[in-house]
Amino acid sequence: MCIGFPGKIISIDENNYAIIDISGTQREVCLDIIDEPAEVGDYVISHAGYAIHKIDPDTAKEKLDFLKEIIDHEIY
Amino acid sequence: MKYIDEYRDPAVVTALLKRIETTAQKISHTVTIMEICGSHTYAIGRFGIRKLLPDNIRLISGPGCPVCVTSARDVDIALYLAGIDNVIFATFGDMLRVPGTGGESLQKKRASGAYVRVVSSADECITLALANPQKEIIMMGIGFETTTPTIAAVVATCSKKDIKNFSVFSVHKIVPPAINALLADPLLNIDGFLCPGHVSTMIGAAAYQMIPDAGCAAVITGFEPADILEGIWILLQQIESGKKEVAIQYSRGVRPEGNTRAMNLLQSVFETTDAEWRGLGIIPVSGLTLQNDFASFDTLKRFDVPDIKSADISGCGCGDILRGIKLPNDCPLFKKICTPANPIGPCMVSSEGTCSTYYKYY
Ligand code: SF4
Repeated sequence: MCIGFPGKIISIDENNYAIIDISGTQREVCLDIIDEPAEVGDYVISHAGYAIHKIDPDTAKEKLDFLKEIIDHEIY
Repeated sequence: MKYIDEYRDPAVVTALLKRIETTAQKISHTVTIMEICGSHTYAIGRFGIRKLLPDNIRLISGPGCPVCVTSARDVDIALYLAGIDNVIFATFGDMLRVPGTGGESLQKKRASGAYVRVVSSADECITLALANPQKEIIMMGIGFETTTPTIAAVVATCSKKDIKNFSVFSVHKIVPPAINALLADPLLNIDGFLCPGHVSTMIGAAAYQMIPDAGCAAVITGFEPADILEGIWILLQQIESGKKEVAIQYSRGVRPEGNTRAMNLLQSVFETTDAEWRGLGIIPVSGLTLQNDFASFDTLKRFDVPDIKSADISGCGCGDILRGIKLPNDCPLFKKICTPANPIGPCMVSSEGTCSTYYKYY
């Protein structure tokens, strides 16, 4: 039940609702309880009609770089 | 699919499996890992992760499906409320087919004329309330810390807008007290916990400190194959080195401090209370009820609910499965009488229930 999806903000209206694109599907989510202010173009994790987290692209990249690194190198 | 596909890359998965194997070889005993969250149970089944792991790693499922842990009594109360004249009973779809005492469900109630409305977001209740001023809208407030702030947001909005025909039947539960109950269970011997990703988005990492304090490994983990495998690898490293801590694997979804804005809202609307969990019994301060300031939004204060004689479904082993001491195969009804098309217990109803996942993927 705690499922959440990452989606990209396409637009935000005057009531603080955003349209987000989740791999081709558009959904409306409320931005009232998100942890950090989000803008069009940001990626957010949505759950039950609310955005609950703004993804920090740098943090995500760090993890992906790490995962790629373990493909290439023995790290111990 | 950004932030999804990257974590399904076969090369990454293979590399992580190699790391897991190497680390597991250094551990001489069988390692028992519990995934607390139903979404993890589902993902582990769907991606076939159990079959990929070395023999000395045992994955067991915990009480992390809010639908599954809802007590028979709370299901019966929901059925009673949905049957009241003039009520629109709003619920997330997962609850629809959960049988109460005697086998009735919200779906059956709806078929016999009750106004049961499936919503995908609690804020649909605001529109419902405004469009139906002569009706009472009751929202079944179910879910862990991931979901409860969304219900709190709706209550706060209705309070601000002075909407008077909306209330919440709260069976919300909080996760850390359940983990404490599992840590204290002498029948369980868990070496490490995969902690739920999106509950942690809200509550942060410090909420799990009792896990390393009890000598167990802990990692907050995401839901894609690479996330889960890296989570398992992190647990193995903690177990091998003896250095236990609450690690965050799911860093793209979780800040160490959590979502303080959502948690502040939750705490301004709800307060803790004792709650009954299917399988775990009554756990102190593990449930949430509306605070006095919001009493008019509390369904149980607005409606008189008669004393209902509730009983767990006879023969259903969900209780033990939710505690991680039995597997679905241990239940004599599994696959024979109990199937997703004809679910006997909630663990078979919910797509994230352990029985439903085992039915589909094992
Ligand atoms: S298989 Fe069905 S009856 Fe058995 S424990 Fe699971 S849900 Fe209950």
